[in-house]
Amino acid sequence: MYKRISHIARSIKLSVLVILLLSAVMFGKEIVVSQNGNIKTICEALKISRDGDRIVVEPGTYKEGNLVVNKEIELIGKYFPLIDGSDEGSILTIRSNGVFVKGFVFAHAKVSFINDNAAIKLDSVKNCIIQGNKFIDNFFAIYLSQSSFCKILDNNIIAYGKRETTSGNGIHLWYCKNIEIANNKIEGQRDGIYFEFVISAKIHDNYSKDNIRYGMHFMFSDSCNYWNNTFQNNGAGVAVMYTKYVEMYKNNFKNNWGAESYGLLLKEISDSKIYSNNFYKNTTGIYMEGCNRIAFSENNFDNNGWAVKLMSNSLNNIFTKNNFLNNTFDIVTSSRNNFNSFSENYWSDYKGYDLNRDGVGDVPFHPVKLSSLMVQQQPASMILLRSLFIGLLDVAESVIPALTPETLIDNKPMMRQIN
Amino acid sequence: MIRIENIEKKFGNVTALRKIDLEIRSGKVTAIVGPNGSGKTTLIKSILGLVKPDSGKIFVDGKFVNGDYSYKRHIGYMPQIARYPENLKVNEVISMIKDLRNSDSEINPELLEAFNLYKEMNKPFRTLSGGTRQKVSVLIAFMFDPQILIFDEPTSGLDPVSSSYFKDLVRKEKQKGKTIILTSHIMSEIQELSDSIVFLLDGKIHFHGSIDNLLAEQEEDKLERAIARMMTEVSNETYK
Amino acid sequence: MKLINKIFRYELSNVLRSKWIIFYTLFFLVVSYSLFAFTGNNSKAILSLMNIVIIIIPLVSIIFGTMYLYNSREFVEMMLCQPIDRKSLFFGIYSGTAVPLSLSFVSGVIIPFLLRGNVQNQFGLLMLLLITGVLLTFIFTSVSFLVSLKNNDKVKGLGFSILIWLLMSIIYDSIILLVIYIFQDYPVENSVIVLSLINPVDLGRIFFLLKFDISALMGYTGAVFQKFFGNTAGIIVSFISLILWIILPQFFAFRNFKRKDF
Repeated sequence: MYKRISHIARSIKLSVLVILLLSAVMFGKEIVVSQNGNIKTICEALKISRDGDRIVVEPGTYKEGNLVVNKEIELIGKYFPLIDGSDEGSILTIRSNGVFVKGFVFAHAKVSFINDNAAIKLDSVKNCIIQGNKFIDNFFAIYLSQSSFCKILDNNIIAYGKRETTSGNGIHLWYCKNIEIANNKIEGQRDGIYFEFVISAKIHDNYSKDNIRYGMHFMFSDSCNYWNNTFQNNGAGVAVMYTKYVEMYKNNFKNNWGAESYGLLLKEISDSKIYSNNFYKNTTGIYMEGCNRIAFSENNFDNNGWAVKLMSNSLNNIFTKNNFLNNTFDIVTSSRNNFNSFSENYWSDYKGYDLNRDGVGDVPFHPVKLSSLMVQQQPASMILLRSLFIGLLDVAESVIPALTPETLIDNKPMMRQIN
Repeated sequence: MIRIENIEKKFGNVTALRKIDLEIRSGKVTAIVGPNGSGKTTLIKSILGLVKPDSGKIFVDGKFVNGDYSYKRHIGYMPQIARYPENLKVNEVISMIKDLRNSDSEINPELLEAFNLYKEMNKPFRTLSGGTRQKVSVLIAFMFDPQILIFDEPTSGLDPVSSSYFKDLVRKEKQKGKTIILTSHIMSEIQELSDSIVFLLDGKIHFHGSIDNLLAEQEEDKLERAIARMMTEVSNETYK
Repeated sequence: MKLINKIFRYELSNVLRSKWIIFYTLFFLVVSYSLFAFTGNNSKAILSLMNIVIIIIPLVSIIFGTMYLYNSREFVEMMLCQPIDRKSLFFGIYSGTAVPLSLSFVSGVIIPFLLRGNVQNQFGLLMLLLITGVLLTFIFTSVSFLVSLKNNDKVKGLGFSILIWLLMSIIYDSIILLVIYIFQDYPVENSVIVLSLINPVDLGRIFFLLKFDISALMGYTGAVFQKFFGNTAGIIVSFISLILWIILPQFFAFRNFKRKDF
């Protein structure tokens, strides 16, 4: 019995020793960069480092031009040292897999009309993590191309660009796969988050606001999931284009104001699910063009100018159990034909009754108002909204539809708001 | 005393008063008679400032009407049809008028008694009959002891008892030396009450003088006949 | 001024006891209470109230004002036999009509609001509603006095009043719409702003649009309207227009009243 125990104890001792030895090899040594120490620049540290090393940077300002990481290292900032690009191209270019960057402030990646200069550029890499950094006044902040299995977490990105041409994107992905983007805050860039040719990304809990163009913009990026993000007060809202199998839920789209600004612009999107999102106070909640087979359910459309603008080339989309609350217009369409279905939604404009008390209104609801068509044709007629005259026209049109789509009806309008 | 100088009034195409000159003395009852539409009420209303004449002047006790409105303080007026704010009570209207006149005169209790108005004082006007409203008008007209009293068809809505009481009142006031103007279609009443008579037809004064003079002039002993005769005379003149 | 005050007081106590005013107050009490209690969403309740306010208040004020002045003709006569100047009488009656109408609207809305409304968050909106309602009451009472004094015939006057209401509430807006469609190739926004400045009902409505449909207004042409009516100068101009709507009809009505034979 004792023999056996001491045997086990010995083998534990041995394995601990092996692990310690191994880790010294695997995790490498720690290199400290400090303006008062032996190694004064990050550049030098990168030069002497080997795969598995950790570089810890002490507080201070480091102006070292374009740094290139081509080893599998950890780059850790202590109390947010500032790496200043001094407007000379990109700041940190990562060309090795498995790099971890944390705790820095990156500032002043150069604005360029030719190069996509970024604070951190990841080029053809895997398994990198960019976490907990601050980005101030950069052209692009984080730029990934042809990379996969990377994570962009907890970063705070802010820029002060005024025009689209002199401003880059917050988080920019091009030909990437399996990327996770979470808990970032992006403000004042051109597009907050930009995707082109990305597959299977997960975007969640980000907060993108006050960006010059889109809060998020993605194209040709199938099978991505988006949840719990907030997009607020962006120049043009969020635009999603030419993509399949998108899943978007529990996102907030708020206060995107302007003629060309949309809570969510969907162009040629198909076979997707959009549910439990909140659209609040947008000029247009959702704009759809050439979209097929999207299921919209349990979304809240609250206080928008137009909750949903549905262009006629959108087919077989299904709207169920959504709340349409106090929107100026609930639905507008560009044609009298309708190939989409609406059912069991709650419409705050619904004035029907429920005699059998099953919670479903006995009279169908026509969500497309004549006045919405008028405003579309003659925007100036906006000033007549909520007048008795317009009210009478709307009532007349809903009784005998002459200009609005006859078949665009919710046959089961709910009497109570859906929780 | 009321002096009317060269008053003229048109309502659209209809001339209601044509160049009227008239002096109404105090201490006398002056009756204004004439057929319907002859301008009686217009004349009275001009004196009260309710109707604004197109030209001419009216002086009440030497004061020019249409300037200062304070002369109305000395006038008590009882209209032909009395209407009051429907939702106010009699009491309230009376105290309102007192308030407007800044007066603390009290209602004559004798009058209240005679008209049997005690019970009605706390009722809103909308519940009162036409006759009761007339009585209230009488009450108000006499209330402030005015120098000038103007009654437009005063007895038309009153019952005989109230009517005779009213006449007694008028006589009493005359004795006090007040100026009293009265219109009526009841000639016996006029003969009974008035000293002088103004006969109006088509807005013109055709006779102004004492009743005796009129009767003598027309060689009749009934006022009614005298008036009728005068009317045919006038119309004959116009047709000539 | 003292006289106006006295006449106003008596008029007030008379009008406040009229069954129409009581009905009017009850109407607002019932409607606002049910809206505040049952819609659950207070800003929606205020929005529905606004729809009622811009339709009902002009209609009731203009009809009540017209009829009231016709029915108080004898009362006016009686008053004119008292030592009172016509100016005090006129303005006494005007305020004695407009104030009780406003009071019954204000109390009919504010009591349910205090009982069931969201006093903390919606107070500003409620104030906007109340100010709009009171201004509309004063405006349409003023117009009704002009109509009533210009027409001696009751039926004609009432017909005119309803016509004016129709004109301001419905026909005027249809004309604006026509203008917009006829001149669709031109920038009509500024002309439309001027046109809406002229109509007090439209002005009242537009201030609510700015509160409730700001999201829609921020797109397209709406921004132009928002820019005008949303800034101080625009608000001042609108306010002046509303005040003129109170003063001008009253001025002409008074000019008529001064010369009128009773």
